[in-house]
Amino acid sequence: MITLEKRTSVPQWLRYATPLLAIGVTILLGGVIFAVLGYDAPKALSVFFLSPLSRADQIADLFVKACPLIIIGTGLVFCYRANIWNIGAEGQLVLGALGAGWVALSFPDATSYSILILMALAAMAAGALWALIPAFLRVRFSTNEILVSLMLTYVASLLIDWLVRGPWRDPMSFGFPLTPLYADAALIPPMILPVVGRIGQLHWGVPLALLIAVIAGIIMRRTLAGYQVRLFGEAPRAAKFAGFSPSKVTIGVMMVSGALAGLAGAVEVSANIGQLQPNISFGFGFTAIIVAFLARLNPMAVILAGLVVALAELGGDAAQISLGVPKVVTGLFKGLLLFMLLAGETWTNFKISVGRKS
Amino acid sequence: MYEELLLTILLTSVPLVLAATGELVAERSGVLNLGVEGMMLMGAVSAFGAAILSGSPIVGMIAGAFGGMMTAAIFGLFALGLATNQVATGLALTIFGTGFSGLIGAPLVGKAIDGLPSLSIPLLSDLPLIGVAFQLDALAYISILLVAFVAYFLKRTRWGLVLRATGANHDSAHALGYNVLAVRWYAVLFGGLMAGLAGAYLPLVLTPHWAEGMTAGRGWIALALVVFASWQPWRVVVGAILFGGITIMQLAGQARGWTIQPQFLSMLPYLATIIVLVSISRSGGVLHKAPAHLGRIFYPTR
Repeated sequence: MITLEKRTSVPQWLRYATPLLAIGVTILLGGVIFAVLGYDAPKALSVFFLSPLSRADQIADLFVKACPLIIIGTGLVFCYRANIWNIGAEGQLVLGALGAGWVALSFPDATSYSILILMALAAMAAGALWALIPAFLRVRFSTNEILVSLMLTYVASLLIDWLVRGPWRDPMSFGFPLTPLYADAALIPPMILPVVGRIGQLHWGVPLALLIAVIAGIIMRRTLAGYQVRLFGEAPRAAKFAGFSPSKVTIGVMMVSGALAGLAGAVEVSANIGQLQPNISFGFGFTAIIVAFLARLNPMAVILAGLVVALAELGGDAAQISLGVPKVVTGLFKGLLLFMLLAGETWTNFKISVGRKS
Repeated sequence: MYEELLLTILLTSVPLVLAATGELVAERSGVLNLGVEGMMLMGAVSAFGAAILSGSPIVGMIAGAFGGMMTAAIFGLFALGLATNQVATGLALTIFGTGFSGLIGAPLVGKAIDGLPSLSIPLLSDLPLIGVAFQLDALAYISILLVAFVAYFLKRTRWGLVLRATGANHDSAHALGYNVLAVRWYAVLFGGLMAGLAGAYLPLVLTPHWAEGMTAGRGWIALALVVFASWQPWRVVVGAILFGGITIMQLAGQARGWTIQPQFLSMLPYLATIIVLVSISRSGGVLHKAPAHLGRIFYPTR
């Protein structure tokens, strides 16, 4: 029997300790599970969490992997802060990729990088509109936004599947479900650093992601819009008395998070793939939810959280090669981490006691 | 030929019926468990592993139910015991279940088992066309019995009323002296048992081997189905046959060169669910509305 008692005051250190503790316990539990199943646990853990950090180019790739997670996670922070549960970021990401892809494929001879700006705008518009559907239904008919945004994710992945197999397929692709390659100007250029040159797959989307998280942090803390979002999450009644419109906040945060998820989709395709294909995301939209929670819904912390979760993703690739376990096993760590974070959240707000009720 | 088509549709719909009926009970008690896909995968891998070890698909079936229930217990520990956010906890369960089942299942890839045998019901199975509905396997018949049980339990028994009351308003149920968390624990565990059976159906009946992520989104369709059925058990069966039918029709249609794109057919269940969601949110009827306290956190205060 677990009993919870609301804390009257939350010690400051607890807020910072819980995410770190959650990471530690996750790794420990993961190791125990590997050991119980007869794997060499220390080896498994080092494959997952240390091997992706052993070379400079791998650390660069960590940032590349974290890039979409940071962009999407930042948007989700706004939603979740306002207590709006957008879990359809995966679909909004796909729509963003389609929006950007539509621009890129319309100008196959583009030579100016200004097309990238056009693609980014199209991606953000498409993602925001896809997120507007659950937001509008929620505001107008008080329909559950969780279920609608989830359903639309599957509609989106079927939509891209149809487009790349049908109308947008490259006639020269020998029947493969691929669009033509984007023009060079429509590809996000790799990042060439002074002295060291190019490291790993590092591209200009990465600094963009960091910039977005920082700007979002400033908006959340220093502007009226950010204040509205926070107030709505923490004290919806007070927000109403203050004259803020719940509908506007709902639509606003949903569209912001949709736009950012869409942008992430455009960046992912334009920097790493170069054309559209049926699968452009490996569940980034869902994984970003973990990132948002790990950051304790704080935009700046999303950067760090994105890197941590990206590490588990890269670890999955490494484990597939050297442990012979499928890549999905990385979900074991991601799932455990989310569980532990949620438990940490409870621990922050409640005194937990286990035992018989007195 | 039509008989074969109907049989495939029925077989496709059985796991949907099982998983959705379990989730329906959990949701009626006020718990939104988005971990159906994860519980199904754990059920599938438990069933397959146990069937290999024991050589018996019946043992596999029981192990599948147990595996699903244990996975649901993790959800209960967090969402009920620690009062964590149900949406996030459910997602964590699906992500965890996908990874964990992939890890346990890694040594099982490439092995094969004997599935559940089909049991023909004499006389009825000789009927033209609908006779195929009586040539199914034990688990398929059990699934219909379980739907009947759930429908009766929810509507006609005292404990069914208590369960619905916890979903409609947990504060009132608590004030009346009912143990809200205990009711929700039972409902969540039942949901896990059913999802485990649904997962077990895949390797035991549909494809006699294990593959990581073999549920392929059926858990999410089951979640849609509960809403589509507006939380009514028998409508789950109708919806499952419709959803299953759409899946099969698009395969059959592709083979026959239909002009409608298969992707648009596959979208229909999701779009129909959204339409149902909107229409039940609009209409005033209390009877077919979502449980009012669905997804709300409850922890007892004195």
